[in-house]
Amino acid sequence: MINSLGQPQSVLVLGGTSDIGMATLRAWSRTCRPYVVLAARPGPRRDHALAEVRGLGLEVEAVDFDAEDTDAHPDLIRSVAGQRDIDVALVAFGLLGDEERAWQDHAAAVELARVNYVGAVSVGVVLAEVMQQQGHGSIVVLSSVAGERVRRSNFVYGSTKAGMDGFYLGLGEAVRDAGVHVAVVRPGFVRTRMTEGREAAPLAVDADDVAAAIVRAVAERRELVWVPGPLRAVMSGLRHVPRPLFRRLPL
Amino acid sequence: MSERRLLTGWGGTAPTAASTVSVAAADLPRVVTGSGGRGVIARGLGRSYGDAAQNAGGTVVLPLPGWYELDAGRGTVRVSAGTSFHDLMRELIPRGFFVPVTPGTRYVTVGGAIAADVHGKNHHRVGALGGQVVELELLGADGTVRTVGPGRDLDLFWATVGGMGLTGVITSAVLRLLPVETGQMVVDTERLDDLDAVLTRMAESDDAFTYSVAWIDTLARGRSMGRSVLTRGEHARREDLAGSPRHRADVVPHDARVAMPSLLPPHLISRPTTLAFNEMWFRKAPRRREGQVQTVAAFFHPLDGVRHWNRVYGRGGFLQYQFVVPENEDEALRRILGRISRAGYPSFLAVLKRFGPGDPGPLSFPMAGWTLAIDLPTSPTLRGFLADLDGLVVASGGRVYLAKDSRMEPGLLAEMYPRLDEFRAVRARVDPGGVFQSDLSRRLHL
Ligand SMILES: Cc1cc2nc3c(=O)[nH]c(=O)nc-3n(C[C@H](O)[C@H](O)[C@H](O)COP(=O)(O)OP(=O)(O)OC[C@H]3O[C@@H](n4cnc5c(N)ncnc54)[C@H](O)[C@@H]3O)c2cc1C
Ligand SMILES: NC(=O)c1ccc[n+]([C@@H]2O[C@H](COP(=O)([O-])OP(=O)(O)OC[C@H]3O[C@@H](n4cnc5c(N)ncnc54)[C@H](OP(=O)(O)O)[C@@H]3O)[C@@H](O)[C@H]2O)c1
Repeated sequence: MINSLGQPQSVLVLGGTSDIGMATLRAWSRTCRPYVVLAARPGPRRDHALAEVRGLGLEVEAVDFDAEDTDAHPDLIRSVAGQRDIDVALVAFGLLGDEERAWQDHAAAVELARVNYVGAVSVGVVLAEVMQQQGHGSIVVLSSVAGERVRRSNFVYGSTKAGMDGFYLGLGEAVRDAGVHVAVVRPGFVRTRMTEGREAAPLAVDADDVAAAIVRAVAERRELVWVPGPLRAVMSGLRHVPRPLFRRLPL
Repeated sequence: MSERRLLTGWGGTAPTAASTVSVAAADLPRVVTGSGGRGVIARGLGRSYGDAAQNAGGTVVLPLPGWYELDAGRGTVRVSAGTSFHDLMRELIPRGFFVPVTPGTRYVTVGGAIAADVHGKNHHRVGALGGQVVELELLGADGTVRTVGPGRDLDLFWATVGGMGLTGVITSAVLRLLPVETGQMVVDTERLDDLDAVLTRMAESDDAFTYSVAWIDTLARGRSMGRSVLTRGEHARREDLAGSPRHRADVVPHDARVAMPSLLPPHLISRPTTLAFNEMWFRKAPRRREGQVQTVAAFFHPLDGVRHWNRVYGRGGFLQYQFVVPENEDEALRRILGRISRAGYPSFLAVLKRFGPGDPGPLSFPMAGWTLAIDLPTSPTLRGFLADLDGLVVASGGRVYLAKDSRMEPGLLAEMYPRLDEFRAVRARVDPGGVFQSDLSRRLHL
């Protein structure tokens, strides 16, 4: 159960090797010490993540999860929920890819759409189902400012995030009365493995900053969160910039 | 008949959804035996602060309108579990009786009060409510109703008293009553300048009064740490009111005429507002006043004067931290109070009371010693702070009150309630399938 201070006793991380997911577990390991399930593709990265969570002193197990294998999602999530309630599910998997390749290479484009959008919808539907049965729980999903207003520079990624962002905002409305909370988190540039080697954008943050925002979103049952906070104003300004001008912005 | 609803306790934290049912007693067994994997729990008026009367994804049985049968000769009442203390008092006072124990609000049900084994300002004299229960009817996991009491299935009876609804649904109870002549109280009030003064005063002379409690300013530091207003009282006899016609003998408690608005500015409860309030309140208390006449409502339930007063804490809600430390652990109490006053969380008046001996309920909260209850708005830093206090409480041999809890570490439960295993053994006997479950039982692995 999530207690009155908003602290979970169990967390499922979908995309269990994600840097932001790991930072969030680190934050909770300092307070409520939840039981952790890492859903990720098997391999050295997952083994490493498992060891790291164990190193935090948390009880943890791993389950096999591929975002593209949507047929397997219902059974997987139901079986995790069957073992113990899922207090928080963190939807942390995602692909950034190479922006220019992404719209010209058919396979790359489809993969981004499959992982970031189809995969996110697939787990969202099942998480909503099991949490409605539980009568409680928080689904935290990592969207992106890239989805707030899709830009030329990374429109394949941005469009997948726009889609999943809209899906989860709607899902939050649909399950609210069933005791289920959905938080859509929109980070800007986060220095993680995903952005390694890229030049940091203005207002860049670290995974730990996103983690702190996630911890707070769960505690305060927030539904939409920007990281860092000021991005909210920036993006709401951008949203209303006319297309001809928007096109010329160096974004 | 069944409606899916979001529920919280009085603190307004951690909402969860359950299917709530409100059915005649005759249909309850079917509800209990037909509840699915997430089980069922009874709910009263939701005055426990945390998640005791919630059952996420399961069934929650709501209280039914009440009935009662007074046996004036024996001085007992047989009353349905869903009856509120408010309604019961309004019926009993004109007939010359009072409930044997009342918590600080009248808006609790008989079932909820027994399930929490509530204590009142008279604990040092009569103990908790459980000791005043002659017998009760309990609907068990198998769908049958059993009569249990101190003389009939003693283990199940005492596991039910304080058992937070986890042994079954109490459907009715027979309570021993207190004969009274009027609906008024005669009250002595005194202001005490620090913790030593109030502890000494209570230890020396509480036994001369039926009711005794101190309101303590937990923000006062240094020499005035623990400054308090001690109020003690007795039920007024008719002759006590003889000289003053404006104090009617037949007065009964009423529902509040004012309600807290639902839209309030945020952060109403902050350090400056509470400091100012506590200061004003301490200054306005008389240094010493004897024989003041007050109504039952004013003496026992001052907060009931404003409906929905919990809204003052806003959307984030609040919690109450109530603990007891054993007698002779004054030092532990002093250290904990020191921590509280230094931390400076905005806490309105806290309540300090000296308990008499506990009763045999394995999960019953009271034990001979000192109990303190403080209300705190939720905030992320509370976790560490309260965990530290838990540590001090456990080290002293004390415990926290489950009816107020919403955040404790499950691992501490067995230390606080050393007879937890006895409780679990009774549950394993009467409810092997775990039909009775609540958010509290899940959170604390009860
Ligand atoms: C302002 C205020 C002051 C208070 N002062 C005191 C005080 O001085 N002393 C004190 O001891 N407590 C005090 N309390 C706490 C309160 O007395 C208890 O939490 C009490 O249990 C609330 O009763 P309820 O009917 O609202 O029950 P709920 O809060 O709805 O339920 C409490 C527990 O009782 C169980 N329960 C309810 N009905 C039944 C039933 N029919 N059969 C089996 N189990 C049942 C529930 O499952 C739950 O575990 C105070 C609370 C408030 C808000
Ligand atoms: N970093 C940023 O600047 C930024 C900004 C906004 C939003 N976000 C979003 O935040 C989330 C977490 O990103 P991060 O920064 O923590 O990056 P990360 O460490 O690279 O995490 C991405 C995760 O996605 C997983 N993943 C990718 N494809 C998968 C698939 N087919 N099946 C299962 N898992 C798959 C990866 O698992 P493997 O280890 O198996 O590859 C990895 O765990 C992502 O959704 C990302 O879009 C990031």
